[in-house]
Amino acid sequence: MPLTLPLAELEVGKHLYWQLGNLKIHGQVFLSSWVVIGALLALVVVGTRKLERDPRGTQNLLEFVWDYIRDLSREQIGEKAYRDWMPFIGTLFLFIFVSNWGGALVPWKLIHLPSGELGAPTADINTTIALALLVSLAYFYAGLSRKGLRYFEYYVEPTPIMLPFKIVEDFTKPLSLSFRLFGNILADELVVAVLAFLVPLIVPLPAMFLGLFTSAIQALIFATLAAYYIGEAVHEEHH
Amino acid sequence: MTSWLLLAEAGVPEGGLFDLDATLPLMAVQVVLLTFILNSLFFRPVGRAVEDRESFISTSRAEAKQKLAQVERLEADLREQLKDARQQSQKLILEAEQEMDRLYREALALATAEANASREQARREIDAQRDQAMTQLNIDADKLGDLIVSRLLATP
Repeated sequence: MPLTLPLAELEVGKHLYWQLGNLKIHGQVFLSSWVVIGALLALVVVGTRKLERDPRGTQNLLEFVWDYIRDLSREQIGEKAYRDWMPFIGTLFLFIFVSNWGGALVPWKLIHLPSGELGAPTADINTTIALALLVSLAYFYAGLSRKGLRYFEYYVEPTPIMLPFKIVEDFTKPLSLSFRLFGNILADELVVAVLAFLVPLIVPLPAMFLGLFTSAIQALIFATLAAYYIGEAVHEEHH
Repeated sequence: MTSWLLLAEAGVPEGGLFDLDATLPLMAVQVVLLTFILNSLFFRPVGRAVEDRESFISTSRAEAKQKLAQVERLEADLREQLKDARQQSQKLILEAEQEMDRLYREALALATAEANASREQARREIDAQRDQAMTQLNIDADKLGDLIVSRLLATP
């Protein structure tokens, strides 16, 4: 190629491939996700080591997070079923939130990989599709386990005309969930990377702050929508 | 390697933005595992701590309310008792005053009567003695008169 733009250094779409039998996986995604999971678990283990009635230190933070997640899931899923789904919603929120912020705050560039580069695990389409499919499975399971086959009444309510739309929704829900998260996080990382590459001083800072804001909002949106879908599935029509 | 856009669009066999492979199911398994781990390490214990505290607070509140009601009842009770005792003591004081007054009057009457009696007696005694003395004096005077008369008559 005659034209070598500095942008090529960003190495988007390059992956560190690991071979697992005859399966290929993206090593950099797993590496950064392990860092994220490790950080989460470390925080949780440190914070819950000695739970007291008068909370102190990390317990305060954890209780705040717990309360936040409880309010979120209770509001979306409803009083009756939220307890079963709170851990799932909470894990989605925490994992995405820590991934996004980890991608923005941890100086991954200092670690050189043979191929590809480390970043937020949520900037990889595999991760977001995995999360979105889990949400789909979760709301199907929630509806079927709570209402049995009556769950499918939901597809013809309020009128059978809704049937095709509701079926299409089952496909658009995971699609929009995964692409929204993936697109936002990837775009944020690219904007910051490009700006930092062009003007490595001060100029990328507003974009970085905006990125932190977007990252937090995306985690909230994903968790809220997941909870909303589950809530929709377990919702009892009052006849 | 010119631009990442080319990579994204061309669908190069190696890599690309939309390169789906075994990362997807493994990541899903990882997240499910994380859900269970966080459930047992975070959501359940913290939830228990928070709910324990909430129930502790509500029972403490109920207990405090109950105790407050009890205290108020006791206070009213004691107030009633205090009022009764005050009335009782007032009555006792009044009674004692009346009693004292009565006793004073009685004693005064008795003393007056006694004094009158002894004065009366003294006067009677004085009178008797005077009468006696007068009688004696009369007798003596009579005797003396008789003597004088006899002497005058005897002299010639």
